[in-house]
Amino acid sequence: MAGDEPATVDGERVRAFIRRFAEKVAAHKDELTALDAAIGDADHGTNMDRGLQAALERLPGEGAAPADLLKAVAMALISKVGGASGPLYGTAFLRAAGVAAGKEALSPADVAAMFKAALAGIQERGKAARGEKTMVDALGPAVEALEAALGRGAGLGEALAEAARAARQGSDATIPMVATKGRASYLGERSRGHRDPGSLSATLMMEAAAETLPGGTEA
Amino acid sequence: MKKLINRVEAVVDEATEGLGLAHPDLVRVHAEPRYVARADAPVQGKVALISGGGSGHEPLHGGYVGRGMLDAACPGEVFTSPVPEQMVEAAKAVHGGAGVLFIVKNYTGDVMNFELAAELLQAEGIDVRSVLVADDVAVENSLYTAGRRGVGGTVFVEKIAGAAAEAGASLDEVERIARKVSDNVRSMGMALTSCTVPAKGSPTFELGEDEMEIGIGIHGEPGRERMKLRPADEITEMLAGPVIEDLGLKGGEQVIAMVNGMGGTPLMELYIVYRKLAAILREKGITVARNLVGNYITSLEMQGCSITLLRADDELLRLWDAPVHTPALRWGA
Repeated sequence: MAGDEPATVDGERVRAFIRRFAEKVAAHKDELTALDAAIGDADHGTNMDRGLQAALERLPGEGAAPADLLKAVAMALISKVGGASGPLYGTAFLRAAGVAAGKEALSPADVAAMFKAALAGIQERGKAARGEKTMVDALGPAVEALEAALGRGAGLGEALAEAARAARQGSDATIPMVATKGRASYLGERSRGHRDPGSLSATLMMEAAAETLPGGTEA
Repeated sequence: MKKLINRVEAVVDEATEGLGLAHPDLVRVHAEPRYVARADAPVQGKVALISGGGSGHEPLHGGYVGRGMLDAACPGEVFTSPVPEQMVEAAKAVHGGAGVLFIVKNYTGDVMNFELAAELLQAEGIDVRSVLVADDVAVENSLYTAGRRGVGGTVFVEKIAGAAAEAGASLDEVERIARKVSDNVRSMGMALTSCTVPAKGSPTFELGEDEMEIGIGIHGEPGRERMKLRPADEITEMLAGPVIEDLGLKGGEQVIAMVNGMGGTPLMELYIVYRKLAAILREKGITVARNLVGNYITSLEMQGCSITLLRADDELLRLWDAPVHTPALRWGA
């Protein structure tokens, strides 16, 4: 049972996750901005990169608890990104920090609860549901896959890998959708045929989690 | 791109700094985080009005800071919403103990950042309310979009709610007035050319020499329709018609009318539009009680205009006429 697994995710793994997420966004900056240019206002890559670079500078030092690291990311994103993605990702990290509060290390169930809380925060802040061509279309399936895998006894590494795949598929599924949220919504039918940039950055986040949080000892 | 700037990254900071230097008697500028506050803030016992949004819409919002209008404005990057830190620090600097009202244009980023700022301030014990401006009739069906965009109506909400606050009205009362204006104001705009966002360096969209876009937003977002350029009178009809219809204006009613330039259109052309607008309203038996013609909410150097109508009554007209003294709007003071 997932709940019986030893608590394995410490602050240093969380730090590695944040670093990997920032690296991925930097590497995909132009792609994210180009996707946003097609249906939004062409700043998603630049904004997220600026926010995550600021987050790296503000991370507390060695030995910091997961919650403190996540909170530092949240505050950096909220205060540097602007637009809609700042408050959305900021809220996500803030909620994740809330779940991690008071814990030196996180169990797989804690990790799942963190992503679930992050998703709920994004949905609340953005008032978005699945099928509206937003980051929720990647994160929703990812959280479901994560919970389902842990529920049937999979290890954290396998569960997060499945979550990342589900996020990628969810992002692919935004391509034919018509946006009803954010600036893309003003395009109506013209938003069809373009991947939602938020769903791609959310996928990068889940892939970063799968690559870093389980660490090297995962069975 | 050909612009009177120094460095792309410094555009907003330098413009804000210049506003402060030009009007030291009216406003003071705070750099980190960036906001513009009334020179005499905080005014004790007065509800503090705060607005903000992306830069590039000058004189909105910094130009409307001063007596009888805003207590503070938070300029974001060009066409990017400000961040909560700006609103939080501005609110702490200007609130006079009677609460804070945020005036927010209905754009997803603006809404979320102001919402976060409100939560942070409430946690510190400051009473914050928000009024959303969503007056753009070009965005028809709010069920399938993020809702109508907030455009020219914002100027009316800021002026009229500002007058109520200046007169010493309570937060409840200022909020009520702001909502009343927001509920009774509608706008629609059009573009002859695109603007160029400095950071991007090239026009946001392409319009042919003989084309125009009807229903454009203040960031050059797509409008209702792209079509061949028509004479000013026909364009005025295309803008005024949906505004009048959506407001359900009838003969015998009175309005405050605004013909607003998008930043690149000469006043001469705006008066040509106003001439026709006045005729359309007269024909319907609608009285123009007050008017504004000029650049009040712009889109950088975009050529084009928007029409805003506010259904007015004695209460709104009295507040409209109240003294105002800001960098961009001044009468009676």
